[in-house]
Amino acid sequence: MTTAASTKASDVKRRLNAAAWISRYGTLAVFIVLIIFNVVVTPNFLSWQTLNVNLTQVATIVIVAVGMTLVIATGGIDLSVGSLMAIAGALAPMIFMGKLMAIDNPALGVALALIIPVIVAGLFGWFNGMLVTRYSIQPIVATLVLFIAGRGLAQVITNGNLQVFRNDAFQFIALGRVFGIPAQVVIMAVVVIAAALLVGRTGLGRQILAVGGNEKAARLAGISVTWVKRFTYVFSGVLAGVAGLIVVARNSASDANLVGLGMELDAIAAVAVGGTLLSGGRANILGTLLGACVIQLVRYTLLANGVPDSAALVVKAAMIIIAVFIQQRSESG
Amino acid sequence: MLLSMSGIGKSFSGVAVLDAAALEVGPQEVMGLVGQNGAGKSTLIKILTGAYRRDHGTIMFAGKEVDFATPAESQRAGIATIYQEINLAPHRSIAENIFLSREPVRFGFLDRKRMRSESNRILRGFNLDIDVELPLETYSVATRQMVAIARAVTQDARLVIMDEPTSSLDDREVELLFQTLRKLKSDGVAVVFISHRLDELYAICDRVTIMRDGRTVRTGRMDAISKIELVRAMLGKELTAFTSRSHARKKQGTDKPFVEVEHVASGTRVRDVSLRIAEGEIGGLAGLLGSGRTETARLIYGADRKDHGAIRIGGRETNYSHPADAIADRIGFVSEDRKVEGIIPEMSVRENMTLAMLPQLVRRGIVDQGAQQEIVERYIRVLGIKCTSPDQQIRELSGGNQQKVLLARWLCMNPRLLIVDEPTRGIDVGAKAEILKLIRTLSEEGLSVLMISSELEELVAAADHVTVLSDGRSVADFAADELSEDKLMGAMAHQN
Repeated sequence: MTTAASTKASDVKRRLNAAAWISRYGTLAVFIVLIIFNVVVTPNFLSWQTLNVNLTQVATIVIVAVGMTLVIATGGIDLSVGSLMAIAGALAPMIFMGKLMAIDNPALGVALALIIPVIVAGLFGWFNGMLVTRYSIQPIVATLVLFIAGRGLAQVITNGNLQVFRNDAFQFIALGRVFGIPAQVVIMAVVVIAAALLVGRTGLGRQILAVGGNEKAARLAGISVTWVKRFTYVFSGVLAGVAGLIVVARNSASDANLVGLGMELDAIAAVAVGGTLLSGGRANILGTLLGACVIQLVRYTLLANGVPDSAALVVKAAMIIIAVFIQQRSESG
Repeated sequence: MLLSMSGIGKSFSGVAVLDAAALEVGPQEVMGLVGQNGAGKSTLIKILTGAYRRDHGTIMFAGKEVDFATPAESQRAGIATIYQEINLAPHRSIAENIFLSREPVRFGFLDRKRMRSESNRILRGFNLDIDVELPLETYSVATRQMVAIARAVTQDARLVIMDEPTSSLDDREVELLFQTLRKLKSDGVAVVFISHRLDELYAICDRVTIMRDGRTVRTGRMDAISKIELVRAMLGKELTAFTSRSHARKKQGTDKPFVEVEHVASGTRVRDVSLRIAEGEIGGLAGLLGSGRTETARLIYGADRKDHGAIRIGGRETNYSHPADAIADRIGFVSEDRKVEGIIPEMSVRENMTLAMLPQLVRRGIVDQGAQQEIVERYIRVLGIKCTSPDQQIRELSGGNQQKVLLARWLCMNPRLLIVDEPTRGIDVGAKAEILKLIRTLSEEGLSVLMISSELEELVAAADHVTVLSDGRSVADFAADELSEDKLMGAMAHQN
């Protein structure tokens, strides 16, 4: 009788441990399996070319998803990132092409084109934060405002025109290389490292997790929930602005209809697959990086082996569901 | 009897919350239902209405045995429950609400004219002359309650259950509600009235049922039970158990007042509270549930704003707008609900402990890991916190150890005033004694403490003086040498 009971208990424990293991290392395991699979099956997988293609495709998603991770860690969500990318992407060419104001010095023009759109995106992030904190609007609704209006705004700014340009100095952020590494990958790496340090080492990082983990307790412990939340929305807006610049620089063109389209969902997917709880209280920055890489690698694997992109979308959806399901299982255990 | 529930038992995941609970209500009777937090009142009501299923016991309603599986079933049988947060449609008109889900129809269309005239007729019966075309949300809580009652009556309710209906009403509205209840009674409807306000119970109830620890401990005519007997039955103190304790503890603290609260009021919960605590003194705060104890503490701490009155700490008038302001003045607050307002469950013992002192631990934005480790190890040792390591998630700890971590959260920032709300709730006997001892030791070292507790013996044993609140007002203050559970209860029942 006793033995039966204790066997049962240890069974339960083992299952719980397995669930916890999958939730912690599952994404990494899938990543490794995908790489091994590709090394064996996909021709020419092990090459700089492949690495660069994949990294440049994932860079903007990772940059946006890092901001999203912090917003989600406070228990919120930011649907406006794709539209903010479009706004930043619409502003930048107008600035260095002198459409907004006459700038004599081309270097100054490029510098402003890199700075102003990012600040504007940050201000829109602050607007999101205001709606969420001051007016207590649910984050999904508050950021839906700019999700809808933001892209319209980008079209109004550009009169709906496609802006085509060539400006090597500006486009360095996408096409340039630093020690042979694509500049956008360097930017991605800097963002990931900075955010990981923010979460792991700083007081602010811990306050973000506290707010997401238990807002009432955080407030009673003297944390300004309002400012912490606003910070995460500004941060997310700024990173969306940076990603918007990279996308237009990469394309030599800015189309307000297309820049950042669907980015909010890609970013949320990367966060979910990366193991950050969508209910808040945790922020796994490296997980988000890994999550974005796994989604990209799955897509690449399917494409490289002749599966159409539309089918790849279905696989992506399935992965998100599995990731969230596994997390919930390990939570309830 | 219209309703007769007997031997009701209910457990949630192995923990019995109801055991031998009973409730009998006669026709045309207003039955009061009272008990402390966790006594089982709401569980009993939820079993009656079919929101929960009982484990055992029988329910007779209107002469036959019933077993409601859903709240809708009990409603059809004639039981209406009216909560403080009324579950009607706030954006729809009064008339639409009264006829919600059973609208009169004429030729397949809504018969608005009939809805309007019927609603007017019904509400006039309750002495309520209002525009039934306006949305429900345009009216006060009291009116909305009346509408909910009117709706229940038109649904042929034979028993109306009101769960703390008066907690957000002012005196005039309460009187209006009572008129309505008397009208119900004369129309042959029975009422179960749940309230913590003793005066109201005596004003409206014919009989009262007192619950404690999941049992019905006493039922009787309202006028045959004195207030003090009522409080005793709720708290579970027998008359013979009262002996005023000798105070081994020497009175602590100087005579210099450190905390002075003068005629503070806020909302409907805190009406007029004054208290003072001297430096190095443990000031107790006693009162029944809903008397405004926690709310008063939150005002002192800046978690809520006061409407009137003055709070001085260390001789300086405070006007905190956020707990951070209180923390900057070195005031700590251990809230009564550990899970909801205390711990961050996902975080480690270390991170939970240093949460409030985080600003002091941060150098140029970065948390000083060395200083943090030193503090955490020290308090784990000093308070004897049992955890596998500072990295362990706090939710894995026992209630007593969680509470010690939360105390450490404040002690590590060397507070001048510590507010502890129900510091021993939900923790085992051994840990209780430890925590009380710790609080006393701290006060001997000069810390001022405001201690809220429902456990009167705790207050008598630990406090230097106890302020008693009743219905949002401070009604008495007992110094240590005149302190006894008996006196506290008398004051809580507001009986001189």
